[in-house]
Order: sequence, then C-alpha cells, then structure tokens
Amino acid sequence: MDTKAAVSNVELSVNGSPHSRSEPCEQSELSRRRFFLRVTIAAGSAIGVLVGLPVIGFIFAPLVRPTPSNWRPVGRVDSFAIGQTVKVDFSDPSPLPWSGITARTAAWLRRVGPSEFIAFSINCRHLGCPVRWVDGAKLFMCPCHGGVYYEDGTVAAGPPPEPLARYRVQVKDGQVEIETSPIPLTTFRS
Amino acid sequence: MLKSAIKVWRLIDDRIGASEFIGPLMKHIVPRDARWWYVFGSAALCCFIMQVITGIGLALAYVPSGGQAFESLKYITEEAPLGSVLRGMHFFGASAMVLIAVMHMAQVYLHATYKYPREMNWMSGVVLLLFTLAMGFTGQLLRWDANGIWSAVVGAEQAARAPVVGPLIAHFILGGENIGGATLTRFYVMHVFIFPAFIFAGVGLHMLLIMRHGISEMPKAGQPVKPATYKRDYEARLKKTGVPFWPNAMWRDAVFSLVVVIGIIVCAVVFGPPLLDKPPDPTTLNVNPAPDWYFLFYFAVLSMLPANLETWVILGGPLVVILVLLFLPLLSNKGERAPSRRPWALATVLFVGTSVVVLTIYGAKSPWSPNFAAQPLGEQVTATAGPGATAGARIFFDKGCIYCHEVDRDGGQRGPNLSRVGDRLTAEQLIIRINNGGHNMPAFAGRITRDELATLVVFLQSRRTNAGPPPAATGTVALTAPPPPSANAGRPHDDEPK
Repeated sequence: MDTKAAVSNVELSVNGSPHSRSEPCEQSELSRRRFFLRVTIAAGSAIGVLVGLPVIGFIFAPLVRPTPSNWRPVGRVDSFAIGQTVKVDFSDPSPLPWSGITARTAAWLRRVGPSEFIAFSINCRHLGCPVRWVDGAKLFMCPCHGGVYYEDGTVAAGPPPEPLARYRVQVKDGQVEIETSPIPLTTFRS
Repeated sequence: MLKSAIKVWRLIDDRIGASEFIGPLMKHIVPRDARWWYVFGSAALCCFIMQVITGIGLALAYVPSGGQAFESLKYITEEAPLGSVLRGMHFFGASAMVLIAVMHMAQVYLHATYKYPREMNWMSGVVLLLFTLAMGFTGQLLRWDANGIWSAVVGAEQAARAPVVGPLIAHFILGGENIGGATLTRFYVMHVFIFPAFIFAGVGLHMLLIMRHGISEMPKAGQPVKPATYKRDYEARLKKTGVPFWPNAMWRDAVFSLVVVIGIIVCAVVFGPPLLDKPPDPTTLNVNPAPDWYFLFYFAVLSMLPANLETWVILGGPLVVILVLLFLPLLSNKGERAPSRRPWALATVLFVGTSVVVLTIYGAKSPWSPNFAAQPLGEQVTATAGPGATAGARIFFDKGCIYCHEVDRDGGQRGPNLSRVGDRLTAEQLIIRINNGGHNMPAFAGRITRDELATLVVFLQSRRTNAGPPPAATGTVALTAPPPPSANAGRPHDDEPK
C-alpha cells in the first residue's frame, strides 16, 4: 500500500467521503504525519537519554574516579629477618562494607637490609594468577601457566612478559608500610 | 463439569486467540525426513529453560555479596534440602547446554543448513552460542570460591591487553582496580539479567527465522541450493511430502530432551555439584585456578603460546574465530549441501573437534604447570642407589626440582623426565645445566650451595637404566668453580649440551 492510498483510506474512514479532499489537503495531512513521526522519535530519544544517562553515569563513574592509595602497616621491622621473603596481608585501598574477605590482599615482602624492603605483587604478569614463593628454590612460581620468577622478580621461565610488579614500601615509626595499588595489568605493547 | 470447563476454555481461547496464534506455529509443515538429526536445537532450548528454572531456585538462597556468596553456596550445598541436587542440575545443565549447542552447530554445518535462505538462522545461532559460553564463564565465577576470584582476575587481565581501552575494560570487569565487593555483583548482573535477556531475545529471533524459512530437508548429493529457485522448489516439495511438526516430528524432540534431562539429573545425583574450592580470600595463595571443562582447551592454548605472539592471540584469536563463524554463510551460501560433496567441511569438523578434545585433555592435565602437589620421593626410588642418593633426592624435593621434573612417575611434567637422566648427561653437564638453567629452566646458581649441588648430582647420576653408583671420575670436576649467581640475569640462556 503506497502512502497516497493509505492517506485516502484514512480519510475514507474518518470523513466518509474521499472525493471531497483536494490535493493541498493531502499534502498537509502528509506533513502532519511527518510531524507526528518526528515528535514520536524525539520523545522516544528523549526518554532514552533521560533514563540512560544516570544509569551509564552510575556504571562508569567509578572508572574515572581515582582510587585513593593508602599506606597499610604490615608488621614491625624487627619481625622480618633479613633475606627472608614472607607473605604479608593487608586491606584494599577502599573496601566496601560487604566485601568481607575479598577486601584483603597480599604481597611478598623481602627484607633486604636493616631498613630496606622490597614488596612484590602476588599477581603473575602473564594473566594475574597468584604466584607462590618456593623458599627452597628461592623462586616465585605461578600455578596457572607455569610462569617462574627469580627472587628479584625478574622472569626465570614461562610465559610472563614482564617482571613481577612492586609495591612502594616505607618504614615509619618502626612499622613496615605498603602503599596500596591496583592489580598490575599487563597492557598492550606493539 | 468437563463440558463447562471446555466451554470456559473456548471462551478464553476466543478472546485471547491462543489457538489461532500457536496452532499454525505448532502445525507448520516440516520435511518428512527431518528425523533424529534435528533434535539438538530443541534439546539446547530445553537445557536453557532448565537453567532458568534451576537458576531461579538457586537465586532464592544465593547472596550476591563478595563477603557472603561463598557461605550461602555452602549452605545451599550442605544444608538446604535438595540444594546439592539443584546445584548439580545447574552445573550439568550448563555442561549439557554447551555440548548440545556445539553438536547442533556441527550438524548444521555438516548439512550446510546455513546456506540460502537460512544465513541469519546460522548467525543468530552463533550469537546464542557465544552468550551460552559467556554464561558458562560468569556462572563458574559465581561459585565465588578461590577459583572464582582468580577467574575474574584472569578475565580482566586478558581484557587489559586490548589497545588503549584495555585497562578501562579490565577495571570495568573488576568493578574497580582490585578484587572486592563490587566484582561479584558485576558478574551476578551479567549472569542473571543481561546475558539471559540476550539469550531470550536470540532464541526468539532464531525461532522466528525457523518459522520464516522452514526446517531444511536432509541434504541430498546432486541437489544443490540455487537461490533463484530454492524457495519455490522447497515449498513445492514440502507441499507434496511434508508433515505437520506437531505431532509428527515433535515427539522426537520431546523424547530426546527427556533423555537429556534424565541424564542431567542422574549426573547431578550421582556426581553432585562441583566441589567448592577454598574461600575467596585473595591472600590465600596456595590455589590452582583452572577453568571449567568447556574452557580447558583455551587454557591449554594460552599456556603454549610463544610470549611474542601472546597478546595478538589473546586479542585476535577469539575475534577471528567469532568473525569466521559469524560470516561463514556469506562466504558460500549456495551449492551442494551433502557432506559427501563437501569433504573439506567434514575435514574441518574432524580437525576442529579432534583439536579441541586433545587440547581439553591437555588442559585438564596442565603439564606446563609446576606440580605443587608432588611429595618427597619415597624410599623405593632411592634405596637401591646408596645413602648419597637419598640425601640428593631430598634436595631434589627441597629445591623444587620435583615440581617440574618427573622421577619414576613422581613430580611435574613441565621439564624433561629425569628418571634416566644418568644415561644422558654426565655430572659435569648436569652441573652446568643446573647452575645456568636454560630452555625454560631457571638458573640455580646462587640458590644452591656447592655441597647441595654435589649431593643432588649424585642422586641424578644414580637415575640410570641399570641402577648403580655413578662413574667416580666425573663426580666433582666442576664443583670447585661454580659460576656466579645469575639472579639478575633475566631470562635464562640456551646452553643445554646437545
């Protein structure tokens, strides 16, 4: 059914006499329809934007808001022996009240001197699995795809493309403190 | 009583038009030869409906909170009446859905049903399969045990490889920059609201297209698809020999779906739901994250890639596979449909099928991972080789050699099997190898003392076809001058004696 026929059909049902309508009137009916169409599209789009914006904002706002970094105490300096690598646990930068144990995180901390420490991220640089310290071999090993790191975090074997990431460490009032930071992501390199 | 009930139903039916709508759909004409080959699609739909129902049941007790999900799942599994069966049904239902959807796809591909005019049927099916796999991944994660949180990290890390927007996507997946309270709810919403909505819509479209283009006939060699005349010929043949879907063809779908559902319930009762791993504590590092079975093949692929190809494969691999699958009908939408006239199609299905099975088995064994479960070698291994060998075997364990090397069926498979290494390498070669590493082995210089190395070499030398003491002349040659520690040397160099 073409537009003209559609128009005359409508007029038939509304006015009962299609022949009383002249050409200019049909054109005005057409432009009325075009107008209605535009109003509907505009109203629909407005609804979409009005509803969508707050939702999209709510979903994406946390991504652009920087996460605060905090210094977390992980133990007294003298509780770590020089040369030893141990796991220390601390809390995420901004845990949510319902996070429970998932708000906890860990680092591999080694005391290399009287007041010098290195803190390695537990995340393998291949795909993020938790590496474990094998003290006898003095190596970090990843259970997922077999990544291995030396005690200084450099890659010893397996697929990791980068050395283990490090946290910043400071000693304050006899306490060793680690600065919280995001999970290290291995990103695109061309 | 019955008469008045029928009367009431007729009145309702007249007003809502149920029979008028559904009747013709149910009785649409299908080819007479559409027999047992055609039951997979409806069985996949049956699995999906079962997943929705069991999923709603589970959601009544599951608490989608980072701190409590694990506890609620433990409650469902251990205390709630029939909770264990329900979880089992949801798990085996998911497995069945993946398996049957893939079988459906293989059948449609082998019969070239994707050709004119059913190109969009195929494409909507590919999209449905992708959402099914996405449901599998997010569902595994909702177990929210140790494996669950590390699956989220691994997923985010893969997304992070994308250029420019990678980190943004990764943080979106994690619901922040770290695992935490927001991570689980992301995956919960995807698994429970977003993906199922797309599957419902996709199934609707898929069914609509089936109604529009009709069920394809069994392929016949010498009866190629010609777009110009296909529809006319198909309709003419159907008019002559077709049968109504209900009840002539539908009973087979119903029977097959029943068999599938019984299989799922039997598995759920006999094997039970997948065991929960340790609690989702990111500070518990003695975990072995691995995907559920339908992603084991990809797990294997990721472990075998050379480092320089990895980012490209992680980013491009899935994309290429998806695009090829999606646009397959556009590559060829006419011509022969019979598998006997399409040997390459048959070969493709066999090749892809075999590869996935082999990679899945490989992924389940994951020989590339250190075997942290390895125990110190028993007396029976070292007893025949003297006291030096026993001490060396202990060092073999303490230094973690056993995680990657097998000796008499104990240990890992990452490195070479050392059960007979005494036949292959002299003491000198062993010392060089252990100190310097190479071929994906870390250098041990600096992390093993001279005495330990000597004892270890005595043990390794005793690993021979004819067990006996090692040749005395070679035992201590190189021990006087161990190479400098190479902890800072980065990647080990290749220097294995050939």
